[in-house]
Amino acid sequence: MRLVERGRLPRWSGALAVVAAVAVTALLTAGPIRAAGANPAAAYRRYLFTPLTSGTGVAEVLLAATPLLFTGLAVAVAFRAGYYNIGAEGQLLAGTVGAAAVGIFLPDLPALVALPLAGLTGAAAGTLWAAVPAWLRVRGHIDEVVTTLLLNPVALLGVQGLLNGPWRNPETGFPESARLGPGYAIPALLGSRVHWGLVLGLVAVVVVAVVGARTPLGLRIAAAGHAPDAARFSGIRVGRIQVGSALVSGALAGLGGAVQVTGVQHQLTAGISHSYGYTGVVVATLAGLSALGVAAVGLLLGTLTVGAQNAAIVLHLPPQMGDIITALLLLTVVAALVLRRYGLRIRGAT
Amino acid sequence: MSIGWLALVTATLTVATPLVLAALGEVVTEKAGVLNLGIEGTMYAGAFVGFLASGWTGSAWGGIGFAVVAGAAAGALMGLLTVTLGVNQHVAGIGTTLLLVAACDFTNRLRYAGGSLTQVDKLERWFGAAPVVGQYAPTYVAFLLVAPALWWLLRSTGAGLRLRAVGENPEAADVAGVSVARTRYAALVAGGALMAVGGAFLTVAMLGTFTLDIVAGRGWVCIALVIFGRWRVWPTVGGALLFAVADSLQLQLAISPAFSSVPRELLIALPYLVVVGALAVWGRRVRYPGAYLTPYRRA
Repeated sequence: MRLVERGRLPRWSGALAVVAAVAVTALLTAGPIRAAGANPAAAYRRYLFTPLTSGTGVAEVLLAATPLLFTGLAVAVAFRAGYYNIGAEGQLLAGTVGAAAVGIFLPDLPALVALPLAGLTGAAAGTLWAAVPAWLRVRGHIDEVVTTLLLNPVALLGVQGLLNGPWRNPETGFPESARLGPGYAIPALLGSRVHWGLVLGLVAVVVVAVVGARTPLGLRIAAAGHAPDAARFSGIRVGRIQVGSALVSGALAGLGGAVQVTGVQHQLTAGISHSYGYTGVVVATLAGLSALGVAAVGLLLGTLTVGAQNAAIVLHLPPQMGDIITALLLLTVVAALVLRRYGLRIRGAT
Repeated sequence: MSIGWLALVTATLTVATPLVLAALGEVVTEKAGVLNLGIEGTMYAGAFVGFLASGWTGSAWGGIGFAVVAGAAAGALMGLLTVTLGVNQHVAGIGTTLLLVAACDFTNRLRYAGGSLTQVDKLERWFGAAPVVGQYAPTYVAFLLVAPALWWLLRSTGAGLRLRAVGENPEAADVAGVSVARTRYAALVAGGALMAVGGAFLTVAMLGTFTLDIVAGRGWVCIALVIFGRWRVWPTVGGALLFAVADSLQLQLAISPAFSSVPRELLIALPYLVVVGALAVWGRRVRYPGAYLTPYRRA
């Protein structure tokens, strides 16, 4: 088998590719869903529609999408500059530690000081966690993919170490931090569980979109990512742009961690990240690295997450089916986008 | 503080085994020009399938056999994505890892309802509790069979030459009549099988059961070891031993009273940091295979 480039691409072929990818994903998961004793059609209705049919459902979707906005953006910002940061997971965890540290050491601050401080500390911690691989990449030409990946389990161990050690909850004795003071709770939106962290995430989306599309800096970043040699030749300092993007990426992921601590958990727990960092890679890729796309895909995967929790209760489908669908969507969409431009030919035929 | 030196060496060889197997699997795929970030998920799938199938078959070797099949299938999936379709290798690898981990967790939940960890019959150590040589059979296989065989294969055989050729210069290999796609598929399937056996070793030899954090980033460690070893067999094995020494040492330190006040997790993180440090010192300006990350399409 080999690939042959298609001549003319109709305008609707992109949409067709995505529809085909979704159909293949549905087909591939139908068997496992049936094996778990559920009707695939009913399950898909729960995954994709039920969460959107009620007010609380929509609120839960927005809540689930919020961390994905931050990690999706973090990955998109780095990938666009040609810097493969796959460490958003660790950077987000560093951010949770940073934010929780402020809350633990300065418990009585008023919200007006506490929240910005927690956010900044979280972002700074994420930046710091991203700085080591960035520095190694620029100074020693050490592949950032490896180092960012390796620091993910280290960050998780760091969180667990703190929670089993100095930060163990003195009241319950559980490996979770004490609950943070009232100043550290991000206000809710419209009386739901959704909080202002969502708005912060959307602001970040808009800022990244504008910088990317409307400024000379955005153009330089795109050049550094697409054609580093040509960019270098035209005087763009590619290394500096990649390090800058890496640090901004870490800051976004770290901020996402701070938002989860102050907006949802109000304490640090070892399970605070449901692989948000790795899912960020999925979000950014499905979004084609576009900031507005990150918002759209974040909402889609948020819906899927809530739907999967819902299906777990109602249909007794293990919630991991949501993760299976997420991963399959990623793989089928990237595959479909290739097949959109190239046709498969069996060897010999032309 | 006294360290049991013989015990340390014994533990190091055991702990290094899954890393040697999986990292050598990654050497095979990367030599052919494909970065397989599916390694973490493939090890996880190997651990889970090995555990599951040793329950069905009633034998740890049966578990390892099924893990080989699962790893080969994971490699074939990577082949479909990166060789046939030529999608971005980072994305294909992370996607494969996420898919395999989710699929195993789903099955685990269905089968065991998330709780009730069952034990399977573990492999027995050869030579019982004798120091150093008292190891599980796969340890002997990894060090005395797989590593030398791969070294010889890559260095002195036509198959090894073809593998290196499609990873260095696929155009030239193609012109010389070597099928780039077939060679890369073979590398991914064989490499995937090795990774999965490495994962299965964790369940059917070391632990005797399956836990959700059983692999815990060891796949990422292997990616680092391959760079550290500069895509050569013995230096990669050396890197695995380095990680394993740090890992075994932390296990000993954790039970020694002098270190009782050091958080356990800090010690567990030590070997990962050793690998990052080793990369920082010895991983600078390495030369990657010529066609690394590059899909091949005939012009």
